[in-house]
Amino acid sequence: MALETDTMTKDPILKVEHLSMRFGGLMAINDLSFEAYRGDITALIGPNGAGKTTVFNCITGFYKPTMGMITMRQKAGKEYLLERMSDFEVNRDAKVARTFQNIRLFSGLTVLENLLVAQHNKLMLASGYTILGLLGFPTYKAAVGESIERAKYWLDKANLTDRADDPAGDLPYGAQRRLEIARAMCTGPEFLCLDEPAAGLNPRESLALNELLRSIRKDTETSILLIEHDMAVVMEISDHVVVLEYGQKISDGNPDFVKHDPKVIAAYLGVEDDEVEEVIEQIAEIAPGDTH
Amino acid sequence: MANITNTTESAGSNLMVRALREAFYAGIVALGLFVLYVGLKTDQNILNELVLVQRWGLLATFVAIAMVGRFLAVAYVRPWFETRRAAKAAAPAAEREAGFVARNFGLLAVAALVVYPILMVALFGFQGSLKWVDNFGIQILIYVLLAWGLNIVVGLAGLLDLGYVAFYAVGAYSYALLSSYLGLSFWLLLPMAGILAALWGTILGFPVLRLKGDYLAIVTLAFGEIIRLVLINWTEVTKGTFGISGIAKASVFGIWSFDVSATNNFAKAFGLPMSSAYYKIFLFYLALALCMLAAFVTIRLRRMPIGRAWEALREDEIACRSLGINTVTTKLTAFATGAMFGGIAGSFFAVRQGFVSPESFVFLESAIILAIVVLGGMGSLVGIAVAATLMIGGTELLREMDFLKRIFGPDFTPELYRMLIFGLAMIIVMVWKPRGFVGSREPTAFLKERKSVSGSFTKEGHG
Amino acid sequence: MEYFVQQLVNGLTLGSIYGLIAIGYTMVYGIIGMVNFAHGDIFMLGGFAALIVYLVLVGLFGGIPIALALFVMIVVAMLMTGLWNWVIEKMAYRPLRGSFRLAPLITAIGMSIALSNFIQVTQGPRNKPVPPLVSSVYDVFGISISLKQIIIVMVTAVLLTIFWYIVNHTPLGRAQRATEQDRKMAALLGIDVDKTISITFVMGAALAAVAGTMYLMYYGVIVFTDGFTPGVKAFTAAVLGGIGSLPGAVLGGLMIGLIESLWSAYFTIDYKDVATFSILAVVLIFKPSGILGRPEVEKV
Repeated sequence: MALETDTMTKDPILKVEHLSMRFGGLMAINDLSFEAYRGDITALIGPNGAGKTTVFNCITGFYKPTMGMITMRQKAGKEYLLERMSDFEVNRDAKVARTFQNIRLFSGLTVLENLLVAQHNKLMLASGYTILGLLGFPTYKAAVGESIERAKYWLDKANLTDRADDPAGDLPYGAQRRLEIARAMCTGPEFLCLDEPAAGLNPRESLALNELLRSIRKDTETSILLIEHDMAVVMEISDHVVVLEYGQKISDGNPDFVKHDPKVIAAYLGVEDDEVEEVIEQIAEIAPGDTH
Repeated sequence: MANITNTTESAGSNLMVRALREAFYAGIVALGLFVLYVGLKTDQNILNELVLVQRWGLLATFVAIAMVGRFLAVAYVRPWFETRRAAKAAAPAAEREAGFVARNFGLLAVAALVVYPILMVALFGFQGSLKWVDNFGIQILIYVLLAWGLNIVVGLAGLLDLGYVAFYAVGAYSYALLSSYLGLSFWLLLPMAGILAALWGTILGFPVLRLKGDYLAIVTLAFGEIIRLVLINWTEVTKGTFGISGIAKASVFGIWSFDVSATNNFAKAFGLPMSSAYYKIFLFYLALALCMLAAFVTIRLRRMPIGRAWEALREDEIACRSLGINTVTTKLTAFATGAMFGGIAGSFFAVRQGFVSPESFVFLESAIILAIVVLGGMGSLVGIAVAATLMIGGTELLREMDFLKRIFGPDFTPELYRMLIFGLAMIIVMVWKPRGFVGSREPTAFLKERKSVSGSFTKEGHG
Repeated sequence: MEYFVQQLVNGLTLGSIYGLIAIGYTMVYGIIGMVNFAHGDIFMLGGFAALIVYLVLVGLFGGIPIALALFVMIVVAMLMTGLWNWVIEKMAYRPLRGSFRLAPLITAIGMSIALSNFIQVTQGPRNKPVPPLVSSVYDVFGISISLKQIIIVMVTAVLLTIFWYIVNHTPLGRAQRATEQDRKMAALLGIDVDKTISITFVMGAALAAVAGTMYLMYYGVIVFTDGFTPGVKAFTAAVLGGIGSLPGAVLGGLMIGLIESLWSAYFTIDYKDVATFSILAVVLIFKPSGILGRPEVEKV
């Protein structure tokens, strides 16, 4: 109960309500509702196949959910129903950016070019939909200069300045992860979705990533939703954790709360269902009202 | 020491034995391959019945060539390549400083092209230069223009288009029809043909851009064939297979005409002797100017957001969408821009020939243009221009090999082998350089230094 | 009604030929993901082999029983094209396997140009007419069915059955399917991937040779450019049915055959190919991976 009153005061940036996604006979997500709050790092965790990436794909418009509503509220108060928008509009209009589980960089373009492609819509406007740009109008040149400055800013943040002119495909794994995040940030998002950003990183790269995420939150006021398997990362940097299992939410709260939730422990350790019931009952007896 | 020489010696004799054995197998295979097609020839007799002519001597030659070729390949060529590769691997040559020619290749090529007609006239006289300026010069430039247009679709945006010739046809027929029926001038119709082709590109592109890879390829091929079949069958307008002839010539911006009867005839105006060479030379420079314009636009476009979006689309479409890029309009603009180049090339083709018929717009043309793009190296303007020169100029040269008649007898027609050699050359070049002549990519922006991106990183698109 | 059934029979015959060629496209595509553009020309080579074998047989034995002659023609044509495709795969396509997708496509287009011009150079550019090999026509309830048509449909049906058995019930077929799914894993499990791919090319070519023989028998004429149009139609059939799917290739072939003959019968023959290609475009717009193709789920 205490937890809920705490969250009431917070300002939700993303509201997922009764989201369901069915693939043929498989219910990948079943009536999922949760909120992510402005300025928070929200983590979406759960065992393999729990439907985390599917939630991401629904939020970012790559999948059309079977049912449910996803509302994005921008700082200025404008609201977008993401489930009704196509994938590119989710980024362009609603200002939601994402990364991918298996990195999707433009490997044949240089690091700098990757960051310039991310500023496509802004530059497109500045180039008068190419026509003014072709004629060499100065407004376009100014806009390009500005875009390069922004790219430089994120290159610096992601510690990639030295590799700016190398092809993205030539970067080591950890640097590719950081570049993908930098690229997403170059679209100027208010909400950033990261799909397993720490997967496959060595401890040093992991540290560099945490640094980057923290500075994103601090310097840009961008809220973050991340899928992560590495519990150490989740517990260390997130403010709010949502736990999924078999497409349903089994827990929702701050990291400390989730860490001790018996349902979460059971899901991760693979306890039989009836045993979970037992555990819940036991807890309910000790502290009534703490579970729902 | 003695041991080592021993093993190399035995390796050497082993190699010979192996080479002989492989040559023997090659002979058997060649015998199997050619026994029916080379050993026997189907011919019609006077009664128009098919009879077989036996050519066992020719068959023996084929088999012998296969055996000797295989022997040489195994015994000498392959070991030579291996030692060279080993030497290369042992001493990775320091980055070779690009020479003066390599660095200024584009500029030098343009300069050479500007001088080319003058040189030809100086060498062969006005009448003699016709062939060199027209068949070689103009024809190659048309293919360069076409290939640069297709390069935007295939090389930059990574969309496989097997029906590009459709836009070439739209351009050519737009000019032919609008100039014959409405009497519009070349200078008005040239951009109009480009716009019409772009419009067609958009119309055809819109429904099919959802398709991926080979599905897109077959549908574009189908559209190319549909347009050709309509041109053949819609006889009231297009005159079908007879084609449209007597298409008006271009003028020098409407000031001087190349019609013999016209009062403002170019030769008359300057008091020159009559010759059709002036017109061809004029067309050559016009084609060159169009190519330069196309190159300029392409280079500029690559540095525009739309050009970068095309290349990003080729690399990863899903990532593009996640960055807020509308991939449908991006693909459509690539399609339309490529089509526009094709349309302009088409109207130029019509004005050069003075005649268009559906014969000129068969699938083979699409295949040749695509081959030029891939052989040159997708995305590279210089590589594509070189490929066009080699492939088109090379096959055109085969027409000129009259001296071969003296070697093989008067029955020998080198022209017959033109397309056979063209096809074989395509295969050999692809096996030798799968990424084309220029495999690397020039970045469109840089912070400190411009480094070419190796071909191993660039992708080829799936759309 | 009789007219309609008549057209159905004609379409079925034509569709059988397309289906046989389409299988070669679809198998090669399934196993190495390459559009073998030269396949239509392999079909043409098969037709020429059958023609030359027929002339040899007539020259040697005079009045040979036509059934025997057809059998020998088919077998020799199959061996011939099989050998050709085996050599082509080894020399032109294998070095490019696993590289850049467009390189093998361009190589195959080059091969197609080279093959048709090879035949033009060695056999001459003119049409090659043969006297009708099989000319009996039966009247079944007012529909005339020629023996040719019966042979074509029967041969196709028998071959497809054999073929289906090979792919689904033999170790070779298993190796093919495994290679199709995951080439690296198949190699790790001890499948000779190179050999499997070679055999696939040989099988596809053999079916194309049968189609070539049937084509020669049906139309009584062949020319060096004949690889292109039936080749493109068969490729269209493979894509229409869903490229990579064997039943799809046959279904696509039959559909194209039917569309062609029905369109020619009821509308105008001039636009029959326009109709075929338009229907292909329309089908793909609504079903982007063909009729029986597995829908490509966009992996995000």
